Amino acid sequence: MNDLFVYTLRLGDDALIAAQRTAEWIAAAPQLEEDVALGNIGLDQLGQARSLLQYAGQVEGEGRSEDDLAYFRDERDFLNLQLCELPNDDFAHAMARLLYFAAYQQLLYEELLSCADETLSGVAGKAVKEVAYHVDHATQWVLRLGDGTEESHRRMQAGLDALWPYTAEMFESDDLVRRLPVAVDPSTLHDEWDRRVLAVVDESTCTRPEASYQHSGGRTGRHTEHLGYLLAELQHVARSHPEATW
Amino acid sequence: MSIEPLWEVFVRSRRGLSHTHVGSLHAPDATMALRNARDVYTRRQEGVSIWVVRAADITASSPDEKDEFFDPAGDKVYRHPTFYQVPEGVEHL
Repeated sequence: MNDLFVYTLRLGDDALIAAQRTAEWIAAAPQLEEDVALGNIGLDQLGQARSLLQYAGQVEGEGRSEDDLAYFRDERDFLNLQLCELPNDDFAHAMARLLYFAAYQQLLYEELLSCADETLSGVAGKAVKEVAYHVDHATQWVLRLGDGTEESHRRMQAGLDALWPYTAEMFESDDLVRRLPVAVDPSTLHDEWDRRVLAVVDESTCTRPEASYQHSGGRTGRHTEHLGYLLAELQHVARSHPEATW
Repeated sequence: MSIEPLWEVFVRSRRGLSHTHVGSLHAPDATMALRNARDVYTRRQEGVSIWVVRAADITASSPDEKDEFFDPAGDKVYRHPTFYQVPEGVEHL
């Protein structure tokens, strides 16, 4: 398979699945202002997904559109990180995920800005400002929940701990990223990510999370049980009414 | 989260214009109020600068004082700059 297609699909699937989870907060966040904030963030992620999937379709050259790739692929065809597909659980989990994922995306897009592929660097140029805000939003909440009440601290720590075993997957290197000249080898992002994220964790008065085991598999289509349910909701309308327009 | 204080939001729509009151929102502190204001009131490019002010810090005139506050200005037409001849050719006055 075409390396650039697979690489673009990885980035696009991360953004699409993250957008779907973020959108679940709309009308369910702890306050109206947060509904709107997470709505904005979800739409940023969806916008990145659309550009990337559209480009993936072009690169593949088999006539698949962004919609074909989003709505008519099955679980094993998705290449997103498992971190993106995990259920929201509670608001603290969601903010822990947003911190981990947006900090990773920020470093990744900063590197892609200077890559030789004009489309990827263009997407990165727009996205890099968006994810900087996502990092800030997550940071503000992690600090406030971690350094808030006894209950909010407990939940923030639980969220940071529960998702930590899914963070190493972001930085896995493989033959594809080493072979493809425009790809960023994510293992090069790890140290800076660690520094930035742990600085927030420390300031929040939470304890640095640790994990004896790290999950892996999303990049090769092996997912948690949760992705199937997410896709059922995401794809249901498009599959029930193929070709429908509105 | 109704215990969170209320904040009034002012947005400057572009450089050179004043900040204008656009609405209010709840937030735990000023930092979050500014971010919430960005998300709620500038998502369609409405502004280039935001102020937030805790609603409790605003001293407002009371509707009960409306008569003595505002009515006396009603018949002072000479306070309007309408008694001057505008010299020919002067624009933007």
